[in-house]
Amino acid sequence: MGAKRGRKPALRHPQDDLLRTDRIPHIWCSGCGIGTVFSCVLSAIKKSGHPLDDVAMVSGIGCTGRMAGYVKLDSYHTTHGRAIPFATGLRLARPQGKILVCSGDGDLLAIGGNHFIHAARRNIDITVVCVNNFNYGMTGGQLAPSTPFNARTTTSPIGCPEEPFNFCHMAAASGAVYVARWTALHIRRLTDSISEALQKRGFSFVEVLSPCPTSFGRRNKMGKGLDIVKYYHDKSVIRNNIDPKEATLDFSTNLVVGKFVDIERPTFLDNYQLINKRELPAWPASTDKGAGKKAAGLV
Amino acid sequence: MAAKTVLTGTHFMNGDYACCEGAIAAGCRFFGGYPITPATEVAERMSSRLPDIGGIYIQMEDELASMAAVLGASWGGMKAMTSTSGPGFSLMMENIGLGICTETPCVVCNVQRAGPSTGLPTLVGQGDMMQARWGSHGHYEIIAVAPSSPQEMFDFTIRAFNLSEQYRLPVMIMADEVVGHMTEKVVIPPEDSIELVPRRRPAVPPEKFRPFKPDPDGVAPMASFGDGYRVHITGLTHDQRGYPVMDAIAQEDMVNRIVGKIRNNLDDIIRYETADMDDAEIAVVAYGIAARSARRAVREAREKGLRAGLLKLNTVWPFPEKLIRELAGNVHAMIMPEINYGQMVLELERCAAGRCTVRLVPHAGGSIHSPKTVLNAIETALKEA
Amino acid sequence: MKYWRTPLDLHTIQVSKGKVVIIEERCKGCQLCIQYCPRDVLEMSKAFNPKGYHYPEVVNESQCVNCHFCEVLCPDFAIFSVEATEKQ
Repeated sequence: MGAKRGRKPALRHPQDDLLRTDRIPHIWCSGCGIGTVFSCVLSAIKKSGHPLDDVAMVSGIGCTGRMAGYVKLDSYHTTHGRAIPFATGLRLARPQGKILVCSGDGDLLAIGGNHFIHAARRNIDITVVCVNNFNYGMTGGQLAPSTPFNARTTTSPIGCPEEPFNFCHMAAASGAVYVARWTALHIRRLTDSISEALQKRGFSFVEVLSPCPTSFGRRNKMGKGLDIVKYYHDKSVIRNNIDPKEATLDFSTNLVVGKFVDIERPTFLDNYQLINKRELPAWPASTDKGAGKKAAGLV
Repeated sequence: MAAKTVLTGTHFMNGDYACCEGAIAAGCRFFGGYPITPATEVAERMSSRLPDIGGIYIQMEDELASMAAVLGASWGGMKAMTSTSGPGFSLMMENIGLGICTETPCVVCNVQRAGPSTGLPTLVGQGDMMQARWGSHGHYEIIAVAPSSPQEMFDFTIRAFNLSEQYRLPVMIMADEVVGHMTEKVVIPPEDSIELVPRRRPAVPPEKFRPFKPDPDGVAPMASFGDGYRVHITGLTHDQRGYPVMDAIAQEDMVNRIVGKIRNNLDDIIRYETADMDDAEIAVVAYGIAARSARRAVREAREKGLRAGLLKLNTVWPFPEKLIRELAGNVHAMIMPEINYGQMVLELERCAAGRCTVRLVPHAGGSIHSPKTVLNAIETALKEA
Repeated sequence: MKYWRTPLDLHTIQVSKGKVVIIEERCKGCQLCIQYCPRDVLEMSKAFNPKGYHYPEVVNESQCVNCHFCEVLCPDFAIFSVEATEKQ
């Protein structure tokens, strides 16, 4: 796989310096949105200007989980649902690095849901990019915590009997300092969002609605990847800075996208270092405006 | 005055605390854990000691996260450990497997309690021995040490870290509730007298480096996050470049490497102690707290003129097959007290291969063997000889 | 390009010119670049790449303004555009 046959292009693709080109073409299906999101992630990493030797990508299991295998950075392909706690350890052992967790809706919010909410609560300084294709693609298209009510999947052949939850609302409620959602066609906005997320200190979350033509799209007769991403894009409406609770994905009305949360909060390490200076008044005296925020000059 | 990492001197310390001090002396600077009786004290002491020595204590949301965070921290360049007991140990199995496949140095301390399930949280058991060996899925090798005292909790934790760096894998400390909770004298030597195995760094530049190309001893140098080697680490079967390769050839190559680096270095890894074994007709083979009951029984047997000896296994995995094969030819019987209904004794029987009788002295858990029961087993075995 | 009104400076500004490069063996025929090229520079070719996919081909090179949209949109890193130097 990946061997170059035929005319070698005179010029190199601009993203090649960040790609393990000996492993391209990659595994994702024709029309899948993960490649596009991956392209936006690479652009954002380059735009961040952070030294590439100190940028790491951690991914879990599933289609998006394979992203770490294609990026020419320190990259870690962990067990299903455990990308975020692995990244937590990686972050705390090397505070100066920049860490991206790229995984799918099932990996991050189903099996990995407990770790997702706690990393957000602790405000661990990582950027989580969730490629939401509304099902478990790698294993052939089963229902996931994102699958819309009554949508067909291989494990909800009649219709999904469950309501999905709103990832952005979940992230915001858990304490994320940056939350945004775009479709895989909002290329420029998505790249800018990932760049902003990379600059944020703390837990930043970017959700991308992405076409899955082979599994989810086929089961629900949504056409090719091109049609599906167009459908998501046409159905989307940009409503920046609204309450994430309102940022619903209602396929009968519209898919709300945009940037919903962009706040400042001390990270786990900020608070860890603050506490261990042993200068704070003992609890409960130290609760007037949140000692952590005050010490970080955020009050 | 900066906090000291090695508390040189003589202490009166419980086993869990001694484990924490051993880890810190070995260079451990990351602890990701979750409270569980009877291992919580390791975490508690870590949470007070690590912040003052540039370390990180983080209490994760569960044991899955704890083990994942330990692996992440190890790849972040820190020596890392966690401590747990049966229920948590079960939850850690998948990520221990990730640590084995990605050859990640770290330490997992299991202060065993009586199981199954919730069992007797505050009381002793040794029922996780086979889980330690085969708990994760797939075929692999592991290293496990079994301390019998707070002093050994200190010493064996240092050895566990050295073995984990030397052979690049998670190393397990199979302690138990009694060893963890008992308080005894613990002598901590001066810092410079503690021999530490540093992490093995790449000796070649990034473009020539292959993250899983082993040195002669079968272990590959390790490039951590930020070293500029930009390695890809995956739980998928991978080749020497670390790239996933989905075929039987790469699988054979990888499994041979993971298994071979242990099986080809058994003499360096395996450690044991003996007492009164020279002319012994009956060998009592034991590990962990059971070795303490066994030592008393052997002493009492000697006082009654019975020729019994003690073989104490300090490393339980890999099992000392060669040693037991030789021993089986020199004694009438081998007796193994363990606080379960027969786990390590199965290995003993396998290696004895019928050349001597092998007797288990079982215990369901909740307390330790009284030396009397072990002594009775010695006397019965002698009558049968 | 269909303008609904002619920009005042249409004649003075220098529109950048691009050249599209296609790495055929990476393409998986998803047609995103063809669909979303603002200048309709690309069309699906009849030819197959080694994996059996049709890939795009440049049909009116002169229209390309080097906006890179095909480049950032492509899920397979199979297409990009560069500044068209005069001598080409």
